[in-house]
Amino acid sequence: MELEPKKKREKVPRQPMPEQSPLERIKNFNEVPLGYSEETAMLEASRCIQCKKPTCISGCPVDVNIPAFIKLIAEGKFMEAARKLKETNSLPAVCGRVCPQEDQCEKQCILAKKGESVAIGRLERFAADYERNSGQISIPEVPSPNGKKVAVVGAGPSGLTIAGDLVKMGYEVTIYEALHKAGGVLVYGIPEFRLPKSIVEAEVHYLEKLGVKIETNAVIGRLRTVDELFDEGFQAVYIAVGAGAPVFMNIPGENLSGIYSANEYLTRSNLMKAYLFPEYDTPIVRGKNVAVIGGGNVAMDSVRTALRLGAENAYIIYRRTDVEMPARIEEVHHAKEEGVQFKLLTNPVAYLGDENGWVTGMKCLRMELGEPDASGRRRPVPIEGSEFVIDVDTVVVAVGTMANPIVPATTTGLETNKQGYIVTKDEKGETTRQGVYAGGDIVTGSATVILAMGAGKKAASAIHEFLSGNEQTT
Amino acid sequence: MNKIIEKTDLSENVVKMVIDAPAIAGKRKAGQFIVLKIDEKGERIPLTIVDSDAERGAITIIFQIVGKTTAKLATLNSGDGINDLQGPLGQPTEIENFGTVVCVGGGVGVGVVYPIAVALREAGNRVISIIGSRTKELLILEQETKDVSDRLIVTTDDGSYGFHGFVSQALENLIQEGEKIDRVFAIGPVPMMRVVCNVTKPHGIKTIVSLNSIMVDATGMCGACRVSVGGETKFTCVDGPEFDGHDVDFDLLASRLRMYVDQEKEAFEKFRCECHGT
Repeated sequence: MELEPKKKREKVPRQPMPEQSPLERIKNFNEVPLGYSEETAMLEASRCIQCKKPTCISGCPVDVNIPAFIKLIAEGKFMEAARKLKETNSLPAVCGRVCPQEDQCEKQCILAKKGESVAIGRLERFAADYERNSGQISIPEVPSPNGKKVAVVGAGPSGLTIAGDLVKMGYEVTIYEALHKAGGVLVYGIPEFRLPKSIVEAEVHYLEKLGVKIETNAVIGRLRTVDELFDEGFQAVYIAVGAGAPVFMNIPGENLSGIYSANEYLTRSNLMKAYLFPEYDTPIVRGKNVAVIGGGNVAMDSVRTALRLGAENAYIIYRRTDVEMPARIEEVHHAKEEGVQFKLLTNPVAYLGDENGWVTGMKCLRMELGEPDASGRRRPVPIEGSEFVIDVDTVVVAVGTMANPIVPATTTGLETNKQGYIVTKDEKGETTRQGVYAGGDIVTGSATVILAMGAGKKAASAIHEFLSGNEQTT
Repeated sequence: MNKIIEKTDLSENVVKMVIDAPAIAGKRKAGQFIVLKIDEKGERIPLTIVDSDAERGAITIIFQIVGKTTAKLATLNSGDGINDLQGPLGQPTEIENFGTVVCVGGGVGVGVVYPIAVALREAGNRVISIIGSRTKELLILEQETKDVSDRLIVTTDDGSYGFHGFVSQALENLIQEGEKIDRVFAIGPVPMMRVVCNVTKPHGIKTIVSLNSIMVDATGMCGACRVSVGGETKFTCVDGPEFDGHDVDFDLLASRLRMYVDQEKEAFEKFRCECHGT
């Protein structure tokens, strides 16, 4: 009798998620995957064998109780599943979409060792969407205010997470956001077709309902400094400003018109909704031949945006091979399906322009892989005499980002490393200045949404410890 | 939401607005700017803060109607709100007692150079101002500039008022007269700033210009505003907006400013049609 249900489980394959066809979706900015139906979600959830010692949780930076929420889905208790998720993850609808589950929870899933892991990310997305679409988002009881104020600098994934956690512990939390909208990379960076902005808005709205105050257009370091936040009565400050400065390659012609940083290209399209120009006022270049340089998720987001903006040829220019590409396999797969042309082992060395200063071509070298470098990946080496030109009218440079110095440079007693990232004592985010904590990309350099959220979570408990300790001594 | 407290038409297409913005007013220094976004669908545009009144909690901006956003902004009146106002941004002007300084302003640039003249005067400089416009009706802030200047020279391109010619020519004359100038601040259209720099360079007079690059976030995040200064790429929003004019690549600045010229035209025309239609 005991063997029977197990056998039955193994027969159910990992459920695919329906999605817009490539030909259809490159004509719009709507989300590509369409989500599970209730039946599919329950079927997929039934694949989870409810391990007594679940390994999946150890793969989750925010310790979601994965078997528990999946069990609730299997039982058809979708609202309860969403609530279970929200106990530890304040942004489940976001994480269900943008987390690299294949490297985290799903990689640790016991089923992955024998075949295909449970589709944890898709189930997370399903439960969070179910709750949001029901219009009955439950607001947990927030304890009465403990009278202590914490300021959070930056309303990205890390800042939103810590704000949610601290407000649930009774703190008065104000987030200062430099842009006109909260969400950070979730609103300016990740495109609508991967993360609908209405979802981010709903998550932000949820935090506001919990009592988090969000002040937009507040550039800390200019309007107020961290020192002044303490003067104003905040007892702790969490800095989560991201790695917001673009990296350029410093090659000739890089300032020609038509050449963007990925930050600018994506910010125009996502935050400013330039893809809806002229209904929205912000313009963007709708290039015919668009080259995106880089092999990460940001490069994939950029090149797929270019296609949707009407590019006839959209290229990924990457100096290594697809094996070394840092982008998620799913993103690369989507890009290929949509017709993106991958020019691998190729590196730009200069840009050519016309008499109006507009880019017309990109001089490239072919590369080959040599010995492994510090990152462990084989170093790309130029092949002598291999120079060739790709005709382009738009280029997006997506080779990484670096620390934005505005906050560190204006905060006294805050140590940064050579690259400008904030130095923390441990993973709890304690900095060299008492009461100041930091986390997310401004500490680690560009990483993932979920790691930034994990940092926010750890810093929340560290700040709680710090401020509770204060109470005992006073 | 920031409320407009006062609105004044300075000329046919130049508008002055005083906006409620206490936090910015308390912080702002000469040379800094704000980014504003009128409404949900609006774009983000940078505008220099011309004046601030910390007690009143207000800042003043002056803008010329050049496209859809500025045209839409000009339709707002006192009591109306602006959705988003971010600032103060950029590096403040380097103000000290240089000796004799010349503040050169062209067109709406007069509004930008004016607060610098105020600060320079307060720092003890002898301030000579040269302000100009295409024609008399377009000249702004004449009296205000006069009040903070030891000497004021007004120019019009068509000779309808003051010196007949460009501000750069008036500056050249001043140098020829033997005026010992320690520093020049030149703000206006790109060709004007370029010519002023060409005038001062042979005389070795350090010339500061304020650049009006296209910006998006204006906090160093996107690089839309990058310019080449002394062969190095700089971001106007965080490294500027003021730079040593003798090092600025004005050709690059001018070509990057033309990047969206077609879309700007399209949006402006659509806006004008809609405006006239209703």
